[in-house]
Amino acid sequence: MSQDSHHEENFIQKYIFSVDHKIIGLQYGITSLLFLLFGFMLMMVMRWQLAYPETVVPIVGSLLGETGILLPEIYNSLGAMHGTIMIFLGIVPLAVGAFGNYFVPLQIGAPDMAFPKLNAASYWSYFVGGVIMISSFFMPEGAARSGWTSYPPLSIFESGQTIWLISMIFLITSSLLGSMNIIVTIVQLRAPGLSWFRLPFFVWAQFVTSFLLVLAFPPLEAAAVLQLMDRVASTSFFLPSGLVYAGNTVDVSGGGSPLLWQHLFWFLAHPEVYVLILPAMGIVGEVIANNTRKPLWGYRSMIYATVFLGFMSFIVWAHHMFLTGMGQAMSAFFQTTTMIISIPSVVILTSFFLSLWGGSIRFNTPMLFALAFLPMFGIGGLTGLPLGIGAADIHLHDTYYVIGHFHYVVAPGTIFALFAGIYYWFPKMTGKKLSEGLGKLHFWPSLIFMNGIFMPMFIQGLAGVSRRMYDGGQLYAHAQDVLQWNEFMSISAFCLGLAQIPFILNVFITIFSGDKVDRNPWGSTTIEWSAPSPPLPHANFEGPVKVYRDPYEYSVPGAEKDFTPQTEK
Amino acid sequence: MQIPYTTEERPDTGLTNSKLGIWVFLASEIMLFGGLFSAYVFLRLAAPEGDFAYWGSKLNVPLATLNTLVLISSSMTVIMSWASLKMKDFKKYKLYMGLTLLFSLIFLCIKYVEYTSKFDHGYFPSSSTFLAIYFTLTGLHGLHILGGIIVMTYFWLPIGNKMWHTEPEHFTDRIEIAGLYWHFVDLVWIFLFPILYLL
Repeated sequence: MSQDSHHEENFIQKYIFSVDHKIIGLQYGITSLLFLLFGFMLMMVMRWQLAYPETVVPIVGSLLGETGILLPEIYNSLGAMHGTIMIFLGIVPLAVGAFGNYFVPLQIGAPDMAFPKLNAASYWSYFVGGVIMISSFFMPEGAARSGWTSYPPLSIFESGQTIWLISMIFLITSSLLGSMNIIVTIVQLRAPGLSWFRLPFFVWAQFVTSFLLVLAFPPLEAAAVLQLMDRVASTSFFLPSGLVYAGNTVDVSGGGSPLLWQHLFWFLAHPEVYVLILPAMGIVGEVIANNTRKPLWGYRSMIYATVFLGFMSFIVWAHHMFLTGMGQAMSAFFQTTTMIISIPSVVILTSFFLSLWGGSIRFNTPMLFALAFLPMFGIGGLTGLPLGIGAADIHLHDTYYVIGHFHYVVAPGTIFALFAGIYYWFPKMTGKKLSEGLGKLHFWPSLIFMNGIFMPMFIQGLAGVSRRMYDGGQLYAHAQDVLQWNEFMSISAFCLGLAQIPFILNVFITIFSGDKVDRNPWGSTTIEWSAPSPPLPHANFEGPVKVYRDPYEYSVPGAEKDFTPQTEK
Repeated sequence: MQIPYTTEERPDTGLTNSKLGIWVFLASEIMLFGGLFSAYVFLRLAAPEGDFAYWGSKLNVPLATLNTLVLISSSMTVIMSWASLKMKDFKKYKLYMGLTLLFSLIFLCIKYVEYTSKFDHGYFPSSSTFLAIYFTLTGLHGLHILGGIIVMTYFWLPIGNKMWHTEPEHFTDRIEIAGLYWHFVDLVWIFLFPILYLL
């Protein structure tokens, strides 16, 4: 299982098929950042079509066919793949695979994950799933085009879906292996003295996230198997009797139900939302405590809220299905649970805001991203409430309002938090600090253009413009007054792309010519900062770790420094 | 540096890493089969009266009963193989593990006979919703059996002798973990048998 630190390794053992959690974390990080960029590029192509319908797409036009114009079926493929890639290949692997893998063992003072080989298997399963997903673009059938939600009956008949399902089975396996490992690591490998209420908030967030992944992903795997059977073995799990498709009655035994897919799918996909947001909150907690130089306000209530959020996330799934005709009683139940689940999110967010109170805030790049997370996630969360009420949802369902809502949670919310994490922990991973100047050049335009993209979506959505329309709603009378926003949003999206250039430059410049910093450049209290930068392979720390303190002992009255590390007596 | 608690228990949790790991894994397996079982319930409730019972009557109950006995026996022998290791009797371990493998292969053979007789009568997953869920559930269960066979064969082959001689405690733990998984697979069948064959 484990190896001694003096064991000689060649390049392939050390960097490719490594079992060291730090290398695997970096592999996850690099792969998922590339996928994020790729998923974002798909969206830029779609945004061109929405702003300038049926004109030749610049730069990548030649890839889209002879005319250079984005065709409707390719638009659908890009939409489905954008969602799938961003969620399953981008954010979850970055938040859980990269940050969880790299920093959970370090923050609990462990030498590695509990199962290093499973950890490597998790990454490679993810990698294979990703390769299969991307390869579907080059298959004769093309990529999946039934949306990331893959609702039947459409998904049973549309081309490209089989590859999508096979890829998903790999990705689900990867998540299961990774999250099992994180749970066992946190329970078993905490350093002596590190009791549950001395764990940093980030570790708690990863712990609850891992439980969500372990328990919510298998039903999607079950659903994927059923859908695969429908496509490959002509069963009719999701096809009702007498279904008419393209003018013909479909020749299947029937007796299935499309609603069954929706139930199984959302049973995963709602907890998935919290999988996307909890690690982000964990990172924001670390950055805020560090840069306000005071303990997190309401640390324990935040943990209780996180655990409660985890439980509740399993009984809200059908609020995505108010319009399916599942009945008043069901809707009333899921409305109620949905309103209840907003409470723990508000507890956590309020604790963050109160943590700022009276702090001597350092406005460095990680802190700027963490601070921007708060209002952005706030907007995303609050705009979700009307969607959780059945009556309001009738108007808002499947409009751009929904797109605006969840993108505020995930894009300027989670992704900003992940950037905060990258800037905050970069010195730990490389021993060098990213440039503040380039960091701010990355942050401010990103903040402005993110809002430029997503804020107008609320306006369009309230006017009733539906999502997933190839022409952005040109043919609808009610959309005419708000169509002019399409160009504005698209230009914001292209500018957001440009705003990532300083980040990419920053990473490369810092790696090749940045100045070395000491092992604790931010003056932080948590355990990972007592390890060398980067931490030692297969061991992390120079000697045994012992913990004497709570996670955030900043500005303790009477102490010499304004921070006292957890490992200090 | 060695990863702690691979063979000795952590004092405050009373668990080894692999013990906790397999329980978490089994929890996810419960959710996987739970998802499929709820799909079964959902489809059965929506089906016309008597439809599931009609198609269910096409299945071979005596063969499935025999298979249930075979699988329960394999669950017993796998415990015996672990107990033999605890009593440091490697020969008996080999015997009981061999029996476990034999029983699991018999199970798969009987399953194969059942499947082919269905196909011969023209009953395929596409024939009805009941047969679709029948083939999916038993097929997925069969894959789990196959996975178990692969792991247990690995421990039964000479490589197991080597592990036993170098790290006897670790090896015993591994057999225990494999056994826990095997009991779970057995338990799934205990649920599958009544809902598919008897109801």
